[in-house]
Amino acid sequence: MFRTKFRVLRSHGIQYIKRLDEAALPEIFRGRPVLTDPAEAAHPGDPQNGDAPTHTAGGDDISGPGACNGSTTRPGMTPGELAALCPTGAITATPFSLDLGRCLFCGECARRAPHLIRFTNDYHMAANDRRALVITPQTTALTPDPDLVRREITRTFGHALKLREVCAGGEGSTEMELGASMNVNFDFGRYGIDFTASPRHADGLVLTGPFTENMARALELCYEAIAEPKLLIVAGADAISGGLFAGSPAIDRRFLDRVAPDLYLPGNPVHPLTFIHGVMALTGRPFTGKKRKR
Amino acid sequence: MENFTILHNGSGPVALHSIPCTDYAPFHARVAGRLAAGCHCAHYFAIPGAGDTLIVFAVLLDDTAHTVLVSAASVDPETAVPSLTALYPAMHPFERDIAETTGLRYTDMPWDKPLRLAHDRADRTRTVDNYPFYSIEGEALHEVNVGPIHAGIIEPGAFRFICNGERVLHLEIALGYQHRGVEKLMTATGNRLRQAMLAEAIAGDSSVAHGRAFAAAIEQLGDAPASNAPALERTIALEMERVAMHLADTGALCGDIGYQLGQVACEALRTVTINTTQRWCGNRFGKGLVRPAGTWYPLTPEIVELIRHNMTDVKRRYGEVSANLHATPSVLARFEDCGRLDPAQAASIGAVGMAARASGLARDLRASHPADAYPELGHTPVTEEAGDVMARLNIRCREVAQSIDHILALLHEASDGGTAPPAPDLERPLMPSALAVGLAEGWRGEVCHVALTDATGRIAHYKIKDPSLHNWLALALAVRGEGISDFPICNKSFNLSYCGHDL
Repeated sequence: MFRTKFRVLRSHGIQYIKRLDEAALPEIFRGRPVLTDPAEAAHPGDPQNGDAPTHTAGGDDISGPGACNGSTTRPGMTPGELAALCPTGAITATPFSLDLGRCLFCGECARRAPHLIRFTNDYHMAANDRRALVITPQTTALTPDPDLVRREITRTFGHALKLREVCAGGEGSTEMELGASMNVNFDFGRYGIDFTASPRHADGLVLTGPFTENMARALELCYEAIAEPKLLIVAGADAISGGLFAGSPAIDRRFLDRVAPDLYLPGNPVHPLTFIHGVMALTGRPFTGKKRKR
Repeated sequence: MENFTILHNGSGPVALHSIPCTDYAPFHARVAGRLAAGCHCAHYFAIPGAGDTLIVFAVLLDDTAHTVLVSAASVDPETAVPSLTALYPAMHPFERDIAETTGLRYTDMPWDKPLRLAHDRADRTRTVDNYPFYSIEGEALHEVNVGPIHAGIIEPGAFRFICNGERVLHLEIALGYQHRGVEKLMTATGNRLRQAMLAEAIAGDSSVAHGRAFAAAIEQLGDAPASNAPALERTIALEMERVAMHLADTGALCGDIGYQLGQVACEALRTVTINTTQRWCGNRFGKGLVRPAGTWYPLTPEIVELIRHNMTDVKRRYGEVSANLHATPSVLARFEDCGRLDPAQAASIGAVGMAARASGLARDLRASHPADAYPELGHTPVTEEAGDVMARLNIRCREVAQSIDHILALLHEASDGGTAPPAPDLERPLMPSALAVGLAEGWRGEVCHVALTDATGRIAHYKIKDPSLHNWLALALAVRGEGISDFPICNKSFNLSYCGHDL
């Protein structure tokens, strides 16, 4: 028994990411996209960006109109064609913009129009204003605006923050990523942030999923059960906008008519580092060094 | 095999008019006959027919003949009909779904309860708040309600226990909280990319399996040449998904009994696995990897080497964890002889996947209906006999090793070079008025998608089955007689999908 235990320990070694603030994701990870103004974009058909694996067989064997939006599959789609291609309607042609609250990060637009959209590996994607999630060619970063953070959030939750998670129609991947942010690798608990079993023990709610009609009442009860002051985080495209399920009659999103989220975290799913950095920025925590003076 | 259209997995679409469609009585008799002869039901659903009638379709799998059997019947929804559930309890989720969405009544339905409380249910007075839980009178008994929101970061569902002291007499599981209307959304759009992403969102931990089943159905309807399909990529991705989830569940089981070493070791190994998937396709859950008729993510020499290195390491280290768990008495004491599902129960409720294999039922599409690279792998299902939590853990330990062996064998083939797979085809027209069955053995078990097109080649009906649909009843039976405090480990040992069930 002890011998097998030591073997596991020896192979396990040290797993935690020492500097979460310096963690980087591989180039191929689809994080914050960058848009180019169609008026300034290079001529369509230029070589694709470096993230995309090169392909020998392209779209050349595809011809004729299909059941879906009949448009070319060669690189060089126009913003209007991209808007029709996008599975969640996240792309607006004029003015050219991309709503990260709807984006599922499938990367299809970047393949069809690499001269207009490029996905970077930047996982820093968090906003406390829904409108800020709509990025334009001028957007260079996406972080919460400190001026919009409610004062009781920094005052009350700057040292410890206990969160309750509610999944209302989520398909499980963002939920697993939130769990992973507490695991042995990411160890978000080191900053005094944790998930609780009961809303009565929590300072705030993290919501995932598009908010199903059948969960509407339970969600409401859970939010009411948390004592004031409390914060609300919506994680993933499904939670922010309904995602793929926006407009489904089985969805009831009226909860958000009554309660304004304090933090929006895009993703499909939300990467643990997106969650960690978003919460740290919202609550004004430094990753290292002395605590910030208030 | 009268009155069944017989297919092989992936053998192509069937014209709707060629599927035998009779009255309900002979249909009932022939489906019951095939079930008695050892077939199991992969899907059974109703769609609106001509006038006010319904057409019910049964998709049965014959594991020994490696075939898919399809048959249909025309039903008058105003007339109550005999159920198949009364003869074969495994049919209960399908007939409950038909009754719930169409209002069809059964004369002898033994468990006439809502299934998922779909938005388009026939009886809108039935809601999650008035679910008719089974109840027993008795001063010695008490009821415990858990959910819909659970203590962990997991999906919602309501569990109602009837207990005698600490001992569970009965557990009833009420689902539907996760219902998003996926099947309806699939037919509401012609955007193939959107449909593929809806398929990946059926259950996020089985994105590859559901993506594969969708691609299989669409490729058959689009008559895409099977030789072009990225068989190696799909098989390796599906096996990596299985490895990742088996690791996650081993860790979660250890966490639930307070064995932190096993928990953290498995968390770290899962991170290695899903980060490998991320390096391959940019997403830790493999989303975007499987698309109809091709993939954007070929196995480049760098990716082949990365997967080979990391999976070899995971196999060695998980072997050490497995040896440690089997040598630790406090672990064995909690897992052994707990949450038993015996082979007769597993067969009677139509259990599938690893839960069935842990109860001695060698049901595995990779062996019975192989596609992609499985025929050349010659997959042999891993089985255990005990049917308890330990058996389900053992299945995971053995399947991780087996899956990694499969992956390494396929990587060897991939590194031999060959042509890169084609890019996805999102615009291929589909055969009109046809039906296609997409199958995939996900890590939980049998995933079955059935797509039906209308006269214009649009998807008119899309029916989805996640293996959880069969297996939730297995969990309810497994906890009978156990202490209620053992429920969490019984639940984790199955780890069923709520959203895959509720759709």
